[in-house]
This record gives sequence, structure tokens and C-alpha cells, in this order.
Amino acid sequence: MCLTCGCGNEDDVRVVTLDDHAHSAHDHQHHDHPHDHDHQHHDHDQQGLHSPDAVHRHAPSTENLIIGEAILAKNDHLAQHNREWFAERGITALNLMSSPGSGKTSLLERTIAELGNAYPVCVIEGDQETTFDSERIRRAGARAVQVNTGAGCHLDAPMVQKAAAALDPDPGCWLFIENVGNLVCPALFDIGEHAKVVIISVTEGQDKPLKYPHMFSVADLVIVNKTDLLPYVDFDLETFNSHTRSLNQAAEIMPMSVKSGDGLADWYAWLQKSAGAR
Amino acid sequence: MHELAITQSVVDLVVERTAGRQVSLVRLEIGGLSGVVPDAMEFCYELVVSGTSLEGSKLVIEHIQGAARCRSCGQDFDLDDLILLCPCGSADVEVIAGRELRVLSVELVAEPCA
Repeated sequence: MCLTCGCGNEDDVRVVTLDDHAHSAHDHQHHDHPHDHDHQHHDHDQQGLHSPDAVHRHAPSTENLIIGEAILAKNDHLAQHNREWFAERGITALNLMSSPGSGKTSLLERTIAELGNAYPVCVIEGDQETTFDSERIRRAGARAVQVNTGAGCHLDAPMVQKAAAALDPDPGCWLFIENVGNLVCPALFDIGEHAKVVIISVTEGQDKPLKYPHMFSVADLVIVNKTDLLPYVDFDLETFNSHTRSLNQAAEIMPMSVKSGDGLADWYAWLQKSAGAR
Repeated sequence: MHELAITQSVVDLVVERTAGRQVSLVRLEIGGLSGVVPDAMEFCYELVVSGTSLEGSKLVIEHIQGAARCRSCGQDFDLDDLILLCPCGSADVEVIAGRELRVLSVELVAEPCA
């Protein structure tokens, strides 16, 4: 059941009571799914004899309860609440994901400096510890809250729900949600964003999409940052694009240098487009 | 290690659906393209179920082979990773299996008759 609105989907739950002693190895019609038929209460050895602890395995009897629900159903449900909450306020929420040090916060600082006067920008910062990044964002001129996940390696929908309630982002704003620096775990969790933006820097290597395919396969936009360093590193943009395309045909790939400003016009145009498409 | 959070989600879901009754077995379906490593879930399962109504229960994970359908040649084929390429050479393919992350069923310890 959803803790937010009390709704829930109980319709797909069925209870089937199994009588251990009437149950035969061939009587599986009550299961509507494949399984391994690993019933320990029929644990006979090759000669058909009971194993020594068979008496204990016959008792107590068990009931089988079909659940058939996505493991992340609760997170996905809360993510949908977040999405609706943002939509009601005209907020465009973007989930920024990358390795640590790719330049997420620097991109936001520059975006706030160059767009913040014309358009409201708010930020949810995710890090395991410290408020360093939210302090940077505030100094850049935008409102921000910090989520410290402690041992957690990603933001999930409940964390974003709490953070958004605390931040109370301006109606009509761009809400940048800077996920925990990690190219693995954040890929699996819907937080209610309108688009997923993956940022990689050229110093990380052109093979990152193949090493972290889940992250690149869910991206709507892939920003390749620090292109001002291309003369000094072995990073071939064409090879990187080809690797990304092998996983994700739809994602836009955007080379950029936050430091020099190259590619930022494309980023601002993409932001306008994403707000319009919301 | 998102498997810890995923495993916690399994336990939360099962506890909620079983009203705290003692659970003896949990059966999951994990797709080969889901991004979740079954071994890592098994590794943290005992820790996560400790002190809950799932303590001592067995975890059974059914692996679902990744599969895709090619929109160019119409063939279905196995997919062992997320590189979306049909043997015919087309990259216009749709994943049709392997992303599953589901709790299929649980076995509950029967309550004694009154």
C-alpha cells in the first residue's frame, strides 16, 4: 500500500493453501508460473528413502502465496507521485548521473550563472556525505537542498519526495537532481524525473558506455564534458558515440566543455526543449 | 551495491503482503539484463532478513534469459548483454525479456488449526 495516498493494488494476490500430505510432485496446477519444484518435504534420496531429517521437513506445513509484483513497485509508485507533483507545479525535473568528478556541479554552477536570472533553477544534491555541493549551488545563486545518503549509493523516489517537500521548488522551475556520483546503481531507480542526463568527462575513457551499459542504456541525454582536454587524452569521440549507440539509439550525445563554454548553447537549447516537451 | 537496497525492497514488500507471518521461502524472478546480480542479493539476504518475519527463509532466484526481437528481420534472439545488435546486423531491436525484477511467490509457515 502506498504510504502517500493509501492506494494499492491487491487484485493480483491469490492465496493457495497447500496440504502437504495430499500434495504430489505432479500436482502443480495451482502454480501459474515456472519454478524449480524444489519441495524439501519430498526430499527422498535416489532409492526412494526419506533422508534422516525427513520427519522435520514434513512439519510444519506451508502455504504458497502468489505475489507477482515488481520488486521496485513501491519506488516506482512513489516516483509516479513525484512526477505528478512536479507536473502540477510546471516543474521540469532532470536526473543528473555520472561518476564522481565528471563536472555535474560545475555544469550546474555555470547554468545557474547564465540562466538563473531568466529562469528559476532549484537543485537537489545527492552525496553520501557533506553539504559541499549544495553550498556551491547556493553560492552560485540557486536554492538547494542536500540529501546525504550515508552508505547509500543512489537516490530513490522516497528520498527525492522528502527533499522536494523540504526545498519547495519554485513553480515552473528547472529542478536539477544531482544523483550520487556512481555509474551503476542510480540507473535502476526511477525518481520521477522527466529525463535522465548522463555526464561523462573525456578523462574517464571512451569505453565507459561498454563498462557501464545500464547507465548509458537509460540515458535521454549524454553530455561528454571536459572536451577542452581532448588534446591531452586518448579519447576518440567517434568511438565513444559508436559505443553509446550500440546500447542506446535514441539518446542525444552532446560534447561540451563547461570550462571553456563550448557546447553550452546546445545544453541551454536542450533545456528549453525539455521544458517545452514536459 | 544497489542489491542491498533491492533486497531491502523485497523484504519490505513481502512483510507488507504477508502481514508479518513467518515466511519460509521467497521466490524471485531476476532478468539477466536487469542490472541486479543474484549472487550479491544472496550475499546480503541473510543480513537484511535478520530480525524480520523472513529470518531463516530460503531465497530462490529464477534467472530469466535476456531476449530481443529484431524489427528488421523479425527474428527473436538471446541477448546476454545490453548491446542491441541482431545477428543479421541490424541495431533496430527491442528487448522482450531479461529486465524482470519480480517477487513471484512466498511460502508461509502454516498457522496451527484452532
